[in-house]
Formats: sequence, structure tokens, C-alpha cells
Amino acid sequence: MFTTKDRNTYIFVQKVPETLCYHCGVACVTRNIAIDEKVFCCEGCKLVYEIVAENGLCDYYKLQSHPGLSRIKSIRKEKYAYLDNEEIARQLYKFTDGDRTIVTLYLPGVHCSSCMWLLEHLHKINPYITESRLNFTTKEITIHFTKSNVSLREIVELLATLGYEPYISLGDADMKAVKGFDKQKIYKLGIAGFCFGNIMMMSFPEYLSGDTGIGMKYEHLFRYLNLVLALPVFFYCGSEFFSAAWKGLKQKTLNIDAPIALAVIITFLRSVYEIASGAGSGYLDSMSGIIFFMLVGRVVQERTYKFISFNRDYKSYFPIAVNVVTSEGVENKMLSDLREKDVVRLHNDEIIPADAIVVEGNATIDYSFVTGESEPVRVLQGQQVYAGGRQTVGQLTIQIIKPVAGSYLTSLWNHYSFANNKAETNDRNSIVHLMSRYFTYVLLGLALVTAVYWGFNDPSKIMTSVTAMLIVACPCALLLSVTFTNGTLLRLLSINGLFLRDTTVLEQIGNINHIVFDKTGTITQGSESNVVCSGHQLTEEEKDILYAAILPSKHPYSKALVKWLGYRQPVKVAEWAEATGKGLECTAGALKVMVGSAAFTGVNNDIQADEKTSVFVRIGNQVTSFRFLPVFRPEIPEVITELSHNARLSLLSGDNDNQRPVLAGLFGSGSELRFGQKPIDKLAYIESLQKKGDKVMMIGDGLNDAGALQQSNVGITLADDINNFTPSCDAILDSSKLKSFPDLLRLAGSGCNIIAASFIISLVYNFIGLFFAMQGLLQPIYAAILMPCSTLSIVLVTSGMANISALRKGLTVVSDGE
Amino acid sequence: MSALFVLVFVSIGIAGLFLMAFIWNVKNNQYEDKKGAALRILHDNELLQESNINKS
Repeated sequence: MFTTKDRNTYIFVQKVPETLCYHCGVACVTRNIAIDEKVFCCEGCKLVYEIVAENGLCDYYKLQSHPGLSRIKSIRKEKYAYLDNEEIARQLYKFTDGDRTIVTLYLPGVHCSSCMWLLEHLHKINPYITESRLNFTTKEITIHFTKSNVSLREIVELLATLGYEPYISLGDADMKAVKGFDKQKIYKLGIAGFCFGNIMMMSFPEYLSGDTGIGMKYEHLFRYLNLVLALPVFFYCGSEFFSAAWKGLKQKTLNIDAPIALAVIITFLRSVYEIASGAGSGYLDSMSGIIFFMLVGRVVQERTYKFISFNRDYKSYFPIAVNVVTSEGVENKMLSDLREKDVVRLHNDEIIPADAIVVEGNATIDYSFVTGESEPVRVLQGQQVYAGGRQTVGQLTIQIIKPVAGSYLTSLWNHYSFANNKAETNDRNSIVHLMSRYFTYVLLGLALVTAVYWGFNDPSKIMTSVTAMLIVACPCALLLSVTFTNGTLLRLLSINGLFLRDTTVLEQIGNINHIVFDKTGTITQGSESNVVCSGHQLTEEEKDILYAAILPSKHPYSKALVKWLGYRQPVKVAEWAEATGKGLECTAGALKVMVGSAAFTGVNNDIQADEKTSVFVRIGNQVTSFRFLPVFRPEIPEVITELSHNARLSLLSGDNDNQRPVLAGLFGSGSELRFGQKPIDKLAYIESLQKKGDKVMMIGDGLNDAGALQQSNVGITLADDINNFTPSCDAILDSSKLKSFPDLLRLAGSGCNIIAASFIISLVYNFIGLFFAMQGLLQPIYAAILMPCSTLSIVLVTSGMANISALRKGLTVVSDGE
Repeated sequence: MSALFVLVFVSIGIAGLFLMAFIWNVKNNQYEDKKGAALRILHDNELLQESNINKS
């Protein structure tokens, strides 16, 4: 549980686990970086060890061997300079009184108990940090410090040096209000449970005393105590259902809360009347029981995954501040204060905050965030760069031409599909509300018939029988079966790696008939590629030469080739030169080496028959061509075949179409494949499918799919790490569980059947109750027996059926420790 | 029989105390980070032990 995936695979690839880094456990290339007889893989790890050791915190290493993170990136000295700007820093403070300050930071690197131990002993390293507390579930650290002695920047830099670099984004500045989860419901649940238990207890004497009764004195005591206890249940705990019903009525729809609210109100009024007139003890026990169980159902259904956010937009990806070049020098400016014509300086790996023009520097922009196209693009001076791109090499100066919110990428969020709250729309069209509507009409009809019947035969019984009917026929059983089924399914799906935003998504999944895939990162595995070599087969010496030639190049193809060649002893090369966008050349001894496009290497077109060739290598007179094929996730072919049985499939890709044949083979002939799709094109395609009446599920992975994910009926993000940054979506799928995805979809779809089955059971109870109620024979004790029985059987049936159907699909039903 | 009066109120009172404890728990965020508390307890004394060893 505490080992990171990366580390294991690395060791696996190396096969010989030589000396492991004392800090992070990665195999060390050299034994030179050592201190106190402990060997480290890099200076970063050594530095962390030194800080930890200096402050007597070496237990960090005892608690867990190799607890640190591998690949500690050295941070640029000025990277966090913007935190010295008080205005920016204040956005991040949770509290400050001018000196004592509390700040909460998100640390994605936290992974084990050692991390927790070290981070909670920060005060040993810096005495001005008075308290640090880590929330392990959300990976957030809350630090108390005195601002006059230590600045936020120093704290952030300390965390970064320790390998726990905080993730600070524009989203942090205005996200605070969203967090904090609804405790009201838990309070209501607790109070309802308390009152229900006590009311039940105090109702027993009267039920069980038989014909003699328990005597006036106690009868009154118990009845009035019950009434007092029922007040908070009715007015506080039950308010949920009243307000939901009222909301529905205002929109002129009968939702499921309406008949429930009606039943609860009538039960309460009749009970008050009975108690006040001394006619009986009322149905307060049943009423509070029902409210308690329904609240349990709601809480189960609305369990949230605190560690996952479903509502991220571009703000979570963008930095909080940028370096703006002014006449007085470089200053830090909040992104929200960024204006057109501002000149911004970006460093390696930083994100372009708004559409801009390149003023100076070597612009090689990685647009994979925006377009899904994996290959960085070179942009010349004076040309435009778009927000969301990431500078990959060195420093870059740009001049902003559009405000942040008006940029090409961010304007996607202004599209009307983002104005629509999917959860609410889903809920309004839910089948549950449809069922409850008919239910309500039938019920009111029956009540009328009963009233008319007794009106002719015995008018004194109208009130009792009609109210009893409405009480008994409360569709709480339906609500319970829905909430418990959904809650169980949600739990089962999350154990198996599919995290849904809320339960309305379940029903949508059941209706899906068209599934659209994104290519890069979704069906292919990130940036990895397969190298296929044709033409002249390189000898070992030539491979050494090629290795030396391409090692200095930062082009992704060069990097992929280096990976393919493996580690080699570089030979000496001379006259190395790179022609941007074309290739590179150098000489190795007497041989001339050229790597690049066909035109650059002078390969004639006959040899270039294979169009998919990406790179030509000419060593002397021998030409070798290389092709880079994407690596499909291994489970993909099987998953696609299985999904194609139940739904039509499409593929949208931001990349060019040179992999069309492979993908066409994968998807089969009936599927539509579209290439070169911009984010807005993807959205439009989904919309066009929906206009044809399809229910579309979009499976994507990046910000470039955000529009399509939003527009689709169900947008699923495939994530290698669920704690990572995923765009706004309806569900997140853990990519390691991709194999069982078709089963998970089927499980989610089975929800409707389970609900239908348990609804039938609840109807049986309702009819038994109605049978007594219509004759005016419903005694409180029958209600008190029927209610828990029906609840219990519904809970058992729903969770039992959901678990069984999961087991039959070969899924796990027991979580491995939450 | 009047002892029953007292007992009924005592029992409700005790149950009420538990209810208050529950509400206090929720209010104090004690259910926010269940994993963290489980890990924290493992290493509570590590620093203390070390300082003892240094002294002796």
C-alpha cells in the first residue's frame, strides 16, 4: 500500500537492484553521492537527508524504508518569489491576525506514514512554525506560523526541498468556499436516531400492556414525552423533505418528496390530534422511524469522495501568479490582475496563462493539455501562442493579447453547455420521480374512493381511514430502495475503481448507447511509444553513434529513440547542429550522421514509401527509418470489443491521422474516427450525436476533453492517479481497473432492475397496510411492525442484490481498508 | 411506581449526553481524516524515545 508504483516498475526494468538510494529507494547509478555511509541517487535526496538529520528527525527513515519521493526536482530559486507579494499570499491564508497565520496547502507527494510524521514535525526544522497538521485523506497540510519570523515563501520552499512541493493554482484562490462538507445532514441523522429510539422505547409499554392498559398516569407521560421528542424530528430532521417537495411544487412537478412530505405531515397532525384528545397514542414512532431511515438512505447515497474533485476547470491548472516584466523590472502579478499588453516571462515547465505573442526566446510549446496533440510545437517570434500550452525549453517572454478569461482555451468554459447543471437536469428526469408521480395519482384516487365509500356507509370513519391510508401508502419504501440501491452501487463501483460524482450518474449510465473515446492518454498510454525500425538495421557501433548524436536533442522523437537504444557509451561527435523543425546533423569520425525528415536527410521518395515513417537516420550512406507507434493500454482491445456489443463507438483525437489504419482495425468498421479535433470540435460532435437521439458517454483524460465531457450525458475521466488533476466530469475511472470497465458499466446499469424489484416488495407492504387502512382498522402497532419490516427487507434486498450481481461479474465487494 | 418517572428522565438524559457527544465529534472534524489518525498513533512517541536515548 505504501510503495509507489513508479519505484517498483523502475526496479523491475533495471532487474539488478544494486545500491538503493537511502532516501527514495531508487537504484543509484553512482556511489559518489553519499553521507554517513548512506548512498543517495541524487543531490536532491541527499539534501533532504541532511535537513532531516540535522534536525534530529532521522526516525523518518526508521518508520518506513525509503520513504522519500524519487526524482526530486530542484526548484528554480525565484519560483515562489510571488509569495512574497502580500496580496497574493493573502489569497492562500486561511486566517491571519497580522502575525499569527494559518495556511492550508495541497501536497500531492504525501504517500505514507513517514511523510505524515515528518510533515507534522516541521516545527523541529523551523521553530517559527508553531503547528503543522496533515490531513492524510485529502493530502492537505495546515500550518500555523508567525508571519513576522517566517514567510509563506520560506515555508513553501522548505516543503519543496523536502520533496513535498505544494501545488498552488489559481483555483486555490477562489475555491475555499466550495470545500467543507455538509454536516447538517449528519446532525439531522443523529438527532432523528436519538428521538426515534426513545419514542420507540416509550411506545412499547402501551403496545404491550394488553387490555388492561398501563394506567392514565403513565399513558399521558409517555404520550406527551413522545410528542416532545417528535417535535425536533418533524421540524428539524424532516425539513429536508418538506423543502424538496416545495421546490418541486414550485416548478410544477410532483417529485418523490411530495407524497412523502404529505404523509409525514398528516401522520404528525393526526398523532397530535389523537394525543391531545386522548383518543390514542398516534403514529409518532413510525413517523420518526421513517424519517430516520430515509435520512440514513440519503447519507449513504450522498457519500462523497473527499479526495476527489469533480468540479475542476482550467483554474486548477493555471498558476496563481506570473512574472510580469515592467519598466522597473520583474514583478509578480496575480493572474486575475493580468491585462492585455502585459509582458510575461515564463520559465521551463510553466503554463501560458492567456493567449499571447512570442516576444523573445525559444518557444517550444507542449499543447497536450489543450489539444491532446503530444508533440511540442515550435513557435517563432511574433507568432501567437495559446493559453494552456506549456513552455518546454528554457525561458520565454510573451506579450498578452487577450485576457485570461477570454483566451482560446478558457473561452470553452463560456460555452452554454457549461451553464447547465448536469446533476440537476439528471435528477429532474429521473425515473424515480416518474414512478412516484403515478404512485401519487393512484394513491390520491384510492383515498377519494375510500372517502366516498365511507361517506355513504359511516361518515365518522372518513377521517380515520383516509388519513391512515395516506400514512401507510407513503412511498418511503420506494425512496429507501432507491437510496440504498444507489448507495450500495456507488460503494461497489468505488471499490472497483470507478468513482461517480453522484447517484444521478448511475441512471444515465444505464441509458448509454454511444461511447466516444479520446485517443491520447485514454486509449494510448500517455507519452510512451513503440519504436519500429526498418531499412538498414543498425550495428552496435552505429547505435552508439546514433545515441551520441541524438542525446543532446530535446525533440520528443529523439527522447523516444534514446529510450529505445537504452544506455550506451556515447562516442565523440563533432560539428553537432540542429535545424529546428527539420532535424540534426553531426560527424562521428569519418561518418556523417543526419537525423530528421526525409527532405532533410536527402532520402529519395522511393524509399519513403512508408508514409508513417517519422524519422530518417542516415549514417554514412546507410538509411534507417523509424516509426513511432503509440502504445495502447493493454486492456483496450478487449474492452473495446466488449463495449461494442452494447453501444456504438467513436474516436476523437487531437492528433493527426497517421494512425488511422491501426485504430480502424481496433474499432471495427462501424465506428467513426475523427482526427485533428479541437476541444470545441469534440464538444460539437457530441452535441450532434445527441441531436440524433443518442445517449453519449465520453471517455477522456485531459483538459482538452473538458467540453466534450461536459456536453456528454456521462463524461468519464480516465486517470492514472485518481488524486491527480482531472477535468470536470461525472465519473473518474482508475486506469489500472480499465479491464473491468464493461462489467462496471453493466453493474451500474443493473441499478434500475434492483430498484424495480425492491419497489415491488415495497408495494406488497403498502397493499397489506392499505388493506387495513381502507377498512379503518389500522392500529399504531401494525404500523410500528410494518414499517421496520419493510425497511429491513428493502435494505437487505437492495444491498444483497447489488452485491450478488457484482460478485457474478467477478468484481470485488469488500474494500481493502478505507 | 413513581421511581419510573425518575428513571425515564434519567434514561433520556443519558441518551441525550451521547447525542451531544456525537454532535461534538462531528463538529470537531473528528470524522474528516480517518486514515490520518490511524497512522498518526503509530508514531506518536518516536521523538520522545530518541531524546531519552540521547540523555542516557
